[in-house]
Amino acid sequence: MAQHHDENHITPLNTYLKVAGGLFLLTFLTIGAHAIREHLQPFSALIAFAIAGVKAYLVMAWFMHLKYDTVSNRIIFATGFFFLALLFAISSLDIFTRIYQGSVL
Amino acid sequence: MSTSRVVNGVNVASHYRDEKHQYASNKEGIWLFMVTEILMFGGLFVGYIIYHSMYPELFAEGASFLDWRLGFINTLVLIFSSLTMALGIYYNQISQPKKATWALAITLICAATFMVIKYFEYTHKFHIGIFPGAMLNLETLKEHGYNIQHPNLGLYFGFYFCMSGLHGIHVLIGMGLIAWVMIKNMKREFNANYYTPVEGVGIFWHIVDLIWIFLFPLLYLVG
Repeated sequence: MAQHHDENHITPLNTYLKVAGGLFLLTFLTIGAHAIREHLQPFSALIAFAIAGVKAYLVMAWFMHLKYDTVSNRIIFATGFFFLALLFAISSLDIFTRIYQGSVL
Repeated sequence: MSTSRVVNGVNVASHYRDEKHQYASNKEGIWLFMVTEILMFGGLFVGYIIYHSMYPELFAEGASFLDWRLGFINTLVLIFSSLTMALGIYYNQISQPKKATWALAITLICAATFMVIKYFEYTHKFHIGIFPGAMLNLETLKEHGYNIQHPNLGLYFGFYFCMSGLHGIHVLIGMGLIAWVMIKNMKREFNANYYTPVEGVGIFWHIVDLIWIFLFPLLYLVG
């Protein structure tokens, strides 16, 4: 019984509150960057998605407990993103080589 | 039907060694399901990014019809609901089922708030003639005083309605699942040794939040 608790890591309440606070702060930061997007061009989209990436990490690591999950579960989830990157790479290669050939699209 | 036995106060199916083995296997199944979610939404994201880079002006015009303040409020609502969902699991882990039920109830209220805001966004767009793809009504848009530069604007709204609509369906399914674990929680079916359904629904709910974290800048801000 006691061992059970060691395996299912219990994140302290305080940590959850800090993570949520961080997520709220980053959301306000996104809006702040959006307000001054004219000055940030051409990096405004990059900044918006960089902030979203940090938020995604916070959600995955703490809210979804991946930080304390098994290695196999982390690999399984990462596989999804790997194949997504592959899909993006191959389809953009396909479409943009067609544009430069000026034929199909 | 498989036979089950009770190990450490948990019903364990015969094909598992013990309750830990059952928990780990169940959770691995949830994570495999989450991979399919990432790939499904990911396909739409990839499509959006590629067409956005091909027709940046068209996408900018489409995005100008969205109100970032509504998306911003919905982002805050979803983040808060993610926190309360995580607390729903936490309070089960430390054997406080009453607080867990409250946390799940608040999650449910947040999800409903999200859908109400989405409802107003959608109905406003339908009202001024904005529909996905070829259904976009340029006449109605003109009547409402909008001078459209790109007659193919429906391309943007095809992506908008598919992505936010699929996300909205996930919110609705999530609400059903949260209500289900909340009722089980009220019946005291969970304890510190057994809360697998709450954890599974939680992972699903955080995926909903995770996708919105990227949808918000993609649809409302970058444009």
